[in-house]
Amino acid sequence: MEGEHPASQARSSDLRPGGGAPFAGSSGSSTLLQADVLDLEEDEDDLEVFSKDASLMDMNSFSPMMPTSPLSMINQIKFEDETDLKDLFITVDAPESHVTTIETFITYRIITKTSRGEFDSSEFEVRRRYQDFLWLKGKLEEVHPTLIIPPLPEKFIVKGMVDRFNDDFIETRRKALHKFLNRIADHPTLTFNEDFKIFLTAQAWEFMEMNNFIEIFSQKINLIDKISQRIYKEERDYFDEMKEYGPIHILWSASEEDLVDTLRGVASCIDKCCKATEKRMSGLSEVLLPVVHEYVLYSEMLMGVMKRRDQIQAELDSKVEALTYKKGDPDLLTEEIGKLEDKVECANNALKADWERWKLNMQNDIKSAFTDMAEENIHYYEQCLATWESFLTSQTDLHLEEDSEDKL
Amino acid sequence: MEQAPPDPEKQLKPATLEPLGRPDPGLEAVAGEEAERAREEGSEADTMTDNNFGLKKIEISVSEAEKRTGRNAMNMQETYTAYLIETRSVEHADGQSVLTDSLWRRYSEFELLRNYLLVYYPHIVVPPLPEKRAEFVWHKLSADNMDPDFVERRRIGLENFLLRVASHPILCRDKIFYLFLTQEGNWKETVNETGFQLKADSRLKALNATFRVKNPDKRFTELKHYSDELQSVISHLLRVRARVADRLYGVYKVHGNYGRVFSEWSAIEKEMGDGLQSAGHHMDVYASSIDDILEDEEHYADQLKEYLFYAEALRAVCRKHELMQYDLEMAAQDLASKKQQCEELATGTVRTFSLKGMTTKLFGQETPEQREARIKVLEEQINEGEQQLKSKNLEGREFVKNAWTDIERFKEQKNRDLKEALISYAVMQISMCKKGIQVWTNAKECFSKM
Repeated sequence: MEGEHPASQARSSDLRPGGGAPFAGSSGSSTLLQADVLDLEEDEDDLEVFSKDASLMDMNSFSPMMPTSPLSMINQIKFEDETDLKDLFITVDAPESHVTTIETFITYRIITKTSRGEFDSSEFEVRRRYQDFLWLKGKLEEVHPTLIIPPLPEKFIVKGMVDRFNDDFIETRRKALHKFLNRIADHPTLTFNEDFKIFLTAQAWEFMEMNNFIEIFSQKINLIDKISQRIYKEERDYFDEMKEYGPIHILWSASEEDLVDTLRGVASCIDKCCKATEKRMSGLSEVLLPVVHEYVLYSEMLMGVMKRRDQIQAELDSKVEALTYKKGDPDLLTEEIGKLEDKVECANNALKADWERWKLNMQNDIKSAFTDMAEENIHYYEQCLATWESFLTSQTDLHLEEDSEDKL
Repeated sequence: MEQAPPDPEKQLKPATLEPLGRPDPGLEAVAGEEAERAREEGSEADTMTDNNFGLKKIEISVSEAEKRTGRNAMNMQETYTAYLIETRSVEHADGQSVLTDSLWRRYSEFELLRNYLLVYYPHIVVPPLPEKRAEFVWHKLSADNMDPDFVERRRIGLENFLLRVASHPILCRDKIFYLFLTQEGNWKETVNETGFQLKADSRLKALNATFRVKNPDKRFTELKHYSDELQSVISHLLRVRARVADRLYGVYKVHGNYGRVFSEWSAIEKEMGDGLQSAGHHMDVYASSIDDILEDEEHYADQLKEYLFYAEALRAVCRKHELMQYDLEMAAQDLASKKQQCEELATGTVRTFSLKGMTTKLFGQETPEQREARIKVLEEQINEGEQQLKSKNLEGREFVKNAWTDIERFKEQKNRDLKEALISYAVMQISMCKKGIQVWTNAKECFSKM
């Protein structure tokens, strides 16, 4: 629901208590708000931090009325005592329940109005859920670790058996989320954060995470491919040198009568380890390298898929824009938009389903490839260990034999 | 001249001396007891006196190394490393050791000591010093003499040298050696006063002898051949070992990159994240484990290097023999020719060419008196020659006997030490394998939990 509703509706059972209540600057509504708060039990106070804050809020941050047009924003400014120019206005309202096969969750509508040049448009409407707010907070903390990021309402109330879909809970949360975004908008540094902008404007939100993943995954898998190839090369070089190492001991044994056994023993161990290295190398090239390389190719593939999805979305967007700016036959456009919306929905659902499947497969493949590689290495070391240990035993046995001979 | 060679079994005792495999200082040498049974030295007895080592157990250690700056012979500022040598005597009664001497020496003083020993004990296989400059380095090791790892390995090498000398039945009794350990100031002057540099055989002379000698003792020829082979094979082995070490280092270190990338990757993974992260940690552990492994191997390489340098010491003894033998052969030849000359003069036949003979022919015969005079001179010379030959022969045989005794002692020591070194190499490999198994088992567990 658009517009304002009197604060008294805060207690209604309607799932949509409406936005605007915090905007009611009159002290009447705030006293009512306070009354709500006081009804809560003592130990729940700390959980509902923002409700209390609402009564202490700085009235200057929120204008009495939500401006409905950019022009009115300028008018609004004139009434303000604020010396700063406010060019970003955000509301959080219209909570909606979404049910999917996996889960049920609430999204909130976020309307952004701005006159800033960096924004492609002056108005944005998006839907975000609580975990998206968490994402935003995380990103801000990452980029500005020592700035004071506004707090978010808590994830879930444990006490008091209040369930997530209770009206009061939703309304309280909505207000808190609204507060959160506006505090960021008012912050001189945070307001220009890129992720903030994405949060407020990005339409293909679900795919944003995916895009991010694919980008980083692609980077990392390419690196792993390079590293794995390099390891193979180093092992090959090591093998080549080792081949020469053993025979020198045989050569030496020709001039040392008393050390023949020991030297030959060492030579034989080195040769055996050499063979084990060869086996390890071939193991690496069988279990790890092909898998990693396949996923390098996959990552390229994925980027292509994302591009194509974006293209389909872009087709729809351009038609919508055309309709908005009245370019072309509205009826035809509306029909085309209808078809494209279906196409986009199909594409998105297909991608989402396939994405989950792909990720699962990737995890399994990577997991078994690396587990196998580790196994190859363990086997290699076990073989070498056995070789050297049997040499050592033979030497100490010999030693004991010699000793007993001396004593005779 | 002297008594039977020392009991070979007892000769094994000096192996309380650990070869270079053990890096810790303060190794013991039982010097005195062997000295009792030691053989007396021959002609160079004036440099050797019965010293305190004769009856006590001593412990020698090169315990510290320090960088110093000073002015060298050309009055230029130089940086060098000084080593602290501490000598302790162990009282028989309670086994307690008390510090008796401690002084600082630099590498060049060790060299001086060794050069002195080489001159005065040419029949002894004199223990070698650790290398002057780092050789057979694989890429990560610094070839810089001031590098702390090099200095540390050299400290151990110098200690080993002193222990070898102190446990040698003959060398341990040398006065200059004793003073090296006890008299800090003036030692250099004392050594130089012995005039040993003058007594040293010239390289040229030695080279000449090597080529010209006709009948060296076969055993020495074989020994020379052996020492050449030893030097060649150990050099080759050390070279290849350095290359293998280099490669092994590469294999281990590249795995460290996995650690970094896994960590970065784990940031975008939900279920796989933990497994990746902890596996990455194990990759880091694996990569860094190579440093200790190769450091241990460096000690093994040092043990082999000692015998590489011992080959040179063996050759020195052979050269001395060749020189003495050549000298002997020359003296015999000279004597023979003089005898012949004498005979010719006496009988009047000229069978050998001589300048005097020619000029006599050309310018007329000499008088009988002249001839008599010449015969007399020659007879005197022949007499002298025969005496000299006799003593040279004796000297030569004595040298061969003494040298061969020490060579036998050396051979036993070498076999023991090399066998031990090879076994310690096997032990190192075993340890490396065990570490590898552990790391990869841990990594495998992390991977399987992903």
